[in-house]
Amino acid sequence: MRLTSEEVDHIALLSRLDLSPAERERAATELSQILDHFEQLKQLDTADVPPTEHVLPVVNVLRADESRPGLPREGVLQNAPEHAGGMFQVPRVVEAE
Amino acid sequence: MSKYEIVIGMEVHAELLTQSKQFCACPNEAVAPPNTNVCPVCLGFPGSLPVLNAKSVDLSLRTVLAFDSKINTRCIFERKNYFYPDLPKAYQVSQRLLPLGEGGFIDIDVPNGDGTSTVKRVGLHDVHMEEDTGKSQHGESIGDPDSSLIDFNRSGIPLLEIVSLPDMRSVEEAEAYMTALRQLLLYLEVSDCKMELGRLRFEASLSLRPWGQEEYGTRVEVKNLNSMKAVRDSLRAEIERQTRILDSGGVVVQQTMLWDEASGTTQPMRSKEQAHDYRYFPEPDLVPLDIDSAWLERVRASMPELPRAKNQRFIEQLGLSSYEAGVLTSSREIAEYYEAALEGYTKSDGGAAKAISNWVCNELLGRVNAQNSSIAEAKVLPAQLRELVQLIDAGTISGKIAKEIFDEMFTSGRDAKSIVEERGLTQMSDTTELEAICEKVIAANPKAVEDYRGGKEKSFGALVGGVMKETKGRANPALVNELLKKALTQ
Repeated sequence: MRLTSEEVDHIALLSRLDLSPAERERAATELSQILDHFEQLKQLDTADVPPTEHVLPVVNVLRADESRPGLPREGVLQNAPEHAGGMFQVPRVVEAE
Repeated sequence: MSKYEIVIGMEVHAELLTQSKQFCACPNEAVAPPNTNVCPVCLGFPGSLPVLNAKSVDLSLRTVLAFDSKINTRCIFERKNYFYPDLPKAYQVSQRLLPLGEGGFIDIDVPNGDGTSTVKRVGLHDVHMEEDTGKSQHGESIGDPDSSLIDFNRSGIPLLEIVSLPDMRSVEEAEAYMTALRQLLLYLEVSDCKMELGRLRFEASLSLRPWGQEEYGTRVEVKNLNSMKAVRDSLRAEIERQTRILDSGGVVVQQTMLWDEASGTTQPMRSKEQAHDYRYFPEPDLVPLDIDSAWLERVRASMPELPRAKNQRFIEQLGLSSYEAGVLTSSREIAEYYEAALEGYTKSDGGAAKAISNWVCNELLGRVNAQNSSIAEAKVLPAQLRELVQLIDAGTISGKIAKEIFDEMFTSGRDAKSIVEERGLTQMSDTTELEAICEKVIAANPKAVEDYRGGKEKSFGALVGGVMKETKGRANPALVNELLKKALTQ
């Protein structure tokens, strides 16, 4: 099953990857091979196999509802490329009207 | 009537009443200086590990039990992937395949327009646990049209999303749904439901279809609704907009609209994030939940009597009117106040429940509402109200004086008894003393006496009023009636 170039572009957009034409071509080939492999797996009868929700045989890992103060704000913001008024500053995300 | 049937569904996000966040110990606070309630987990740092808050599971369970949903006792968390700056991990931990609750319902009271209402059952699609995102402010509002500012205090606050079926058929039903849901969440003490702080958020989806058509029309989601009024107004505006489109032969486009309070219109949300392809998959950092029956029973035992059951009990067992029961169960605080005041109080004529109800509904809530306060802040405690009513029963004070005393109690929080003693407000029930006053009033009002004897029953009232004036309202009214009649027929 060969992925179309539109499908590859869509996946690249969702993953925020900026692919060159050569990379796009390679991704199409490799992703198609992965999908083919899953097509092959689909031939197995899994009717009696419970879905794997987690690889560990562990459930109910919980913590008591107790709070403790957050990190000092200077530390929180120290690696931010830009900040203002105690907040992280990013390029505007909602388009202007 | 419009040509189209209105179809409304609701998505509700409720922030849960916990001390800490869903997956880390940062404080769950609605108001705090920006980016002070944050840590590596809720900032989405690589290598940090989320651990689920036990209380938040309990609160969520309480809610799905109240909705009578099917509970997935084994449930898992999944990652909902999308890029947005207020989502630091680039995914939101949520539930999709195995949400905590599936199905269930909320009964709502839909007003008939004549003071009565009809019960309608609104079905639920699912109820799932997730985490809140950070908060962003954009552009001009922050003095920089090219930037957005992000505060992550809200990131990771425990959130319960309640998704209804498209079962509502009018704006009134949508309002009744919001009221019933809010009341239930408050009773359950699951959320403080403060809409102005975003603790409870509604999103509506609305479509129109010609009457009789089975398929739903194209659905438009409306967001940015921070009050019940905003929901109501935005739905009305959206109904008008879609009606105009359909009337002119157009096609409604499936999209998300934002309510603009200032212009009173819905506007298409213009966002760079168009690609809603969430690619859910099981969250590998969180193991499944496996809720056994002991856990469920413990939560069930922690549940209060729910508003509908309470309402019915007040009507059937206490003999209250449905109006009174509605007022008294409108919030858990009011209902608990009422029940505390009623506790241990009986009346020989069986009117105890009604008597306390009158005082709570009229006198207490009247004053509380006039002050824009809440019953929880009232200075008069339930036992003090009961004592006041008992003083009337015992004939120590008249009902009229009781209201004056209550004014003082409401302002100062003092006991009725001490106010009565201090102000000498004890009801006069001394026959000899009252007889003398009746004689005096009769002597001073020859005209009224003559009229009464001539058959004008009304004049009797003037004489009673005279006695009350003489005694500053303290005379026992029943006794005054009796003594005056006796004196006048002599």
